Amino acid sequence: MTVALSARKISEQIKARFPEAIAEVTDQPPVLRGESLFAVAEYLKSSPELAFDYLNYITAVDYFDYFELVYQLTSLTHNHTVTFKTRCYDRGKPTVPSVVRLWRGADFQEREVYDLMGINFEGHPNLKRIVLWDGFNGHPLRKDYLTQQ
Amino acid sequence: MTLKTEPFVLNIGPVHPSTHGVFRMRATLDGEVIIDLEPVFGYLHRGIEKLAEERTFTGFIPLTDRLDYMASMSNNLGYVLAVEKLAGIKVPERAEYMRVILAEFQRIASHLVAVGAFFNDCGAFFTPFIYMFREREKIYDLFEMLSGQRVLYNYMRVGGFNQDMPDEFLPAARTLVNQIRHRLDEYDTLLLENEIAIARSKGVGILPKELAISVGASGPVLRASGVKWDLRKADPYSIYDRFEFDVPTGTAGDCYDRWRVRVAEMRQSVRILDQALKQVPGGPVKTYVPQFFHPPVGEAYAHIEAPKGELGFYLVSDGSIAPYRCHIRAPSFINLTALKEMVVGWKMQDLIIIFGSIDITMGEVDR
Repeated sequence: MTVALSARKISEQIKARFPEAIAEVTDQPPVLRGESLFAVAEYLKSSPELAFDYLNYITAVDYFDYFELVYQLTSLTHNHTVTFKTRCYDRGKPTVPSVVRLWRGADFQEREVYDLMGINFEGHPNLKRIVLWDGFNGHPLRKDYLTQQ
Repeated sequence: MTLKTEPFVLNIGPVHPSTHGVFRMRATLDGEVIIDLEPVFGYLHRGIEKLAEERTFTGFIPLTDRLDYMASMSNNLGYVLAVEKLAGIKVPERAEYMRVILAEFQRIASHLVAVGAFFNDCGAFFTPFIYMFREREKIYDLFEMLSGQRVLYNYMRVGGFNQDMPDEFLPAARTLVNQIRHRLDEYDTLLLENEIAIARSKGVGILPKELAISVGASGPVLRASGVKWDLRKADPYSIYDRFEFDVPTGTAGDCYDRWRVRVAEMRQSVRILDQALKQVPGGPVKTYVPQFFHPPVGEAYAHIEAPKGELGFYLVSDGSIAPYRCHIRAPSFINLTALKEMVVGWKMQDLIIIFGSIDITMGEVDR
């Protein structure tokens, strides 16, 4: 049975190592600061007792005031899983570091989030639209994208 | 005199008989050898995730059918499990057994297409495919008995099923499982030692284990590369922990291993069906869920081992009758990430085989 690691314990573990990465420790999945995202992700992947080598998914949700990116990782060796998030408050040009260098699976998924939500991933080698065509205007999954004008 | 050559970009698809749907590849060829590949897709993008925000939780179920349209029951199952996890709904025992039976029949049906189409690509033009479709047609007949539909069933509901199985279903299912068992042996007699099949698939299109894990591959693609990871065993959902079955894995991660893993999985599905069909209890098939159902505010992610891999649904609810956000973790989309590495260095004809062996459905890739 895949053990979902306690959000509070993993938040405390991350905060002990990266004090500025998490604002407050709660029972909800940790919300990381954008600048610390890559360092924390690298720690989660390379630390031997965590060993999160498998990226389940990356997705984004539009909460009007901010965009929230959700990541879920699984360790195939220890069979445990963790979810963490990060938020972008800039609606004009939301930017988040890319984790493609850690997990290749982030390649298409980050392109999809860019395409449909308009979030930029710094360090992504090929950030182009993926499911919509190149000349498309707008980012349809955003809540302010009107489907009927 | 040296011959002057230059690389040539060949556009394959989106309308193409061998691309398993509307999929486009821009292959850079040096002679016959592929030196670069750029997959381009989105030709079947229908905005399903956006449409989810405008449907009720039950009204979205027909849209989930159309994701992996070769395995609709599995998509339904993944979605209703996510909604039930979000709302804390428990499903009656009879419905749990029905779900496992339908999911495993669906796995067999989907793998029959995958293996049949793989042999199409190898050049055995439609003969194995049509042989395998005999069993798939019988599975369609079973599903038609339940839902009235052959392909896009819209059958599972949040909380179970709306109608119980008719009395003819279980005996017909037991007969069919025996037929499938014997037919799988027949297919292996015809194809297992076929020298063309082996020459075209052994050692071709290797996906190394580390790359498969890094890419987030799942399903037969991951298992053929040597990673023993099956969500039915690693993170059991529904009642899969009550059944005995093995998880077949490959060693080399080539097209041959992906074919053999799918055939072995069909045999394991037959094994699960044998056990499940004996143990189906009586009782109700649905927990009451109101028509305009308001789950609590929150989020949930549920994943299943669909025939193509890990199919997951991430649902966010704000307490209204429609999901606030529904993200679909599509296995075909993520398995495609490594396509370029698997194909570079091979020739055009191997490209078709390697791509076919990943077994994708464009409905899932584009959503």
